[in-house]
Amino acid sequence: MASEVEMRNVSVAAPAGATILRDVSWRAAPQESVALIGRSGAGKTTTLRLINGLVNPTRGQVLVDGADLAQTDLITLRRRTGYIIQGSGLFPHRTVYENVATVPRLLGWNEDKTRAAATELMEKLAIPFDRFAHRKPRSLSGGEQQRAGIARALIANPPLLLCDEPFGALDPIVRRELQQAFVALRADATIVFVTHDLNEALRVAQKIVLFDGGTIVAECATGDFLRCDLPLARELVASATLAADVA
Amino acid sequence: MNPFALEILRTTGEHVVIVVVSVAIAAVAGIPLGIWCARRSAASGTVLRTVDAIQTIPSLALFGFLIPIPFIGGIGMRTAIVALILYSLLPIVRNTYVGIRGVDPAVREAGVAIGFTPRQLLMQIELPLATPAIIGGIRIALVTAIGVATIAAAIGGGGLGTFIFRGVAMVDTTLILAGAVPAAILALLADLILTAVERRMREP
Repeated sequence: MASEVEMRNVSVAAPAGATILRDVSWRAAPQESVALIGRSGAGKTTTLRLINGLVNPTRGQVLVDGADLAQTDLITLRRRTGYIIQGSGLFPHRTVYENVATVPRLLGWNEDKTRAAATELMEKLAIPFDRFAHRKPRSLSGGEQQRAGIARALIANPPLLLCDEPFGALDPIVRRELQQAFVALRADATIVFVTHDLNEALRVAQKIVLFDGGTIVAECATGDFLRCDLPLARELVASATLAADVA
Repeated sequence: MNPFALEILRTTGEHVVIVVVSVAIAAVAGIPLGIWCARRSAASGTVLRTVDAIQTIPSLALFGFLIPIPFIGGIGMRTAIVALILYSLLPIVRNTYVGIRGVDPAVREAGVAIGFTPRQLLMQIELPLATPAIIGGIRIALVTAIGVATIAAAIGGGGLGTFIFRGVAMVDTTLILAGAVPAAILALLADLILTAVERRMREP
């Protein structure tokens, strides 16, 4: 069962009083894949972090599966929400396997089930269990760390995946490989991801939400984005070198 | 064995007991205090300034101040231990605080986002990652306490300072060395052992 995400008139103010987000409303339907794009500081990461309660709204409501996060047990929600960030955020003192097994252990899976799931997933992500399970994150390349981070987020088949520039720090070839692996592995989860790479948005998302200065300026199906006549959208399209598969 | 050597051994033993008991109690109190400071940035300034201030009291004066205080003061080993606990707090509290504050924010956030409770985050992520820093704080506390404990003899606390004070009073270098050399060896040993432990903890 994929999750549904909705924001209703959400505003976020910084402690100093500056407004980070102003009156933001949008929705991700179950199994939909939504890209949040825009310039740095436009509010896309804050929007993403609202969904698992890392940021609280100053006004408005954030709903996951129809339940207001203000009345939801965030610990439970987070355990069934995959979260992938740039730089992986792996726990440096734990092995790759211990990292991948984090959520299953929190959920009380038995060791056999955890190990089987990790083995299968790590194989698909090209970090085979035999070679990688017992290594510490710092001995892995950036791409391998990112793969391990993705395995950690996906292992318990979360109905909701949140990604912040998941492939941002990677070279174009590894990036492309990981995007493909990711699309293949997403199963039927709802995905919300932040990116500044328009190709990535067009490749992975069904819907694009465009942010500017803390508000949403456009929300449209991926197919329509290239025809969107907003100045900012046209600027983004013009400045991106569109890859052959998305143009 | 000649009686002089026996007395060196006995006072060395006393010295070790005073120092180990003090630093152990300081660690039991100081590590939770450091954790608490790392959690509450508003209170941390006051606590850290207080333990800083204790450190600035000259050690002989601190021993002296404690003598008239009921229950914890007086003449003897107990007062020496109280003073050494106070001295050992600073490096332990500060290093615990710095160690936990130094955890990579991305790693901490990953822990929160994955669904750790605050207690799980502390026990499984923050404390393990802060352990080398905490061991470093205990090492500094131990080495300092071994030196400062020699002054405990001034208030009848025993330990290797007994020889030093007697040597100073009699202008007898041999007696001073009988206290100073074992104290220096103890400090070097403590430093070597804990540096090794600290390094092992930092290894990937």
